Amino acid sequence: MARITASAYTSHIPAIGAALDLGKTQEPYWKVVFDGYEFSKQWLAEHKPDVIFLVYNDHATAFNLDLIPTFAIGTAAEFQPADEGWGPRPVPKVIGHPELAGHIAQSVIQQDFDLTIVNRMEVDHGLTVPLSLMCGQPAAWPCPVIPFAVNVVQYPVPSGARCFALGQAIRKAVESFDAPLNVQIWGTGGMSHQLQGPRAGLINAKWDNAFLDRLIADPRGLSQVPHIEYVREAGSEGIELVMWLIARGAMADVAGGPAPKVVHRFYHVPASNTAVGHLILEDAG
Amino acid sequence: MAIDKPYLDVPGTTIFDAEQSRKGYWLNQFCTSLMKADNRARFKANERGYLDAWPMSEEQKLAVMSRDLNRCIALGGNIYFLARIGATDGKSFQQMAGSMTGMSEDEYRAMMLAGGRSVEGNRYLGEDGDAQPQHQPQGAAGKKGA
Repeated sequence: MARITASAYTSHIPAIGAALDLGKTQEPYWKVVFDGYEFSKQWLAEHKPDVIFLVYNDHATAFNLDLIPTFAIGTAAEFQPADEGWGPRPVPKVIGHPELAGHIAQSVIQQDFDLTIVNRMEVDHGLTVPLSLMCGQPAAWPCPVIPFAVNVVQYPVPSGARCFALGQAIRKAVESFDAPLNVQIWGTGGMSHQLQGPRAGLINAKWDNAFLDRLIADPRGLSQVPHIEYVREAGSEGIELVMWLIARGAMADVAGGPAPKVVHRFYHVPASNTAVGHLILEDAG
Repeated sequence: MAIDKPYLDVPGTTIFDAEQSRKGYWLNQFCTSLMKADNRARFKANERGYLDAWPMSEEQKLAVMSRDLNRCIALGGNIYFLARIGATDGKSFQQMAGSMTGMSEDEYRAMMLAGGRSVEGNRYLGEDGDAQPQHQPQGAAGKKGA
């Protein structure tokens, strides 16, 4: 059977992708950000999964106001990087895993989560920046990726509790897939940031670090935090952090297993408008 | 019974909910059209003519032409859609976000390098933080004539 072996969490700030694409990684402003991922690149190379289940949000790219799915799973064979207005990022196309994605869709819908199934879409920086941070600039991404897009653009976004429960359903779905695949689940977005209005530029390092602490040690309690606390404390766009709870809910301890091992933790302010947060948890089992 | 909107008392912040989305539908869909290079070129060549092809309000068109992102948001725009205008102009997210504070680019960048805007005084309307309505615009622009 397939199994989830680790989860990774990271911000997906577009300016990080631009810095990488434009060769600015050694500039002091950006070097400190990329240095925080040096361990992660090494770790991923040594713990190469067969599939990455990548939770992200689409930023009005594949889904404009014509169609706003709360949870959308990409079941296609491949996904092209989108032109978000600056031209497409010069990164490899994303190869999907239609068999596992279709299996997860079927299983998770039967567990009462009403996913939208997407057989054609382009992917934006929400998905490609985490891959760049964790993989650098390879000619091809190291393994197939299942894009899982969460609506965090139009309020209300799904609650933390709903995301956490969904993660648990995804774990069950993966474990019922009849092939010995090593699957990682990544949660992306955040941390504190606000991109709009006179309150733009809000950063709350204390709240962010408390979020990281609780994500590790008390994810169930963290999942009870209401939307308004994210907005008030971490900025209107900080609400992206609910997506991290999907990945966390898929870890073994939530299903009664041992606590995960924290293998890496990084936090830095700022990258553009945003606090960068990053965590890697390995399942102990 | 009305829907609970607990986010209306956060200063300097507009939550893009169903009501805003309805008001801003055509404004945001116009922005989406700028994801195509041909459309970006057509828009740049004749902004007014391009906008007139969309069933947007006159207020929305004027807000776009003046690049007043706060006004665009008040009229139903969402920042991820409005970012397509910024991209068309060659602006970064930092330049766009900073423009909504009244600060200069250098002032906003310096604030971010110093750790960003503090949440203190900026959680609820009626407090005294720098994002509160009584402190706009921020930066040197707010000190002129004071």
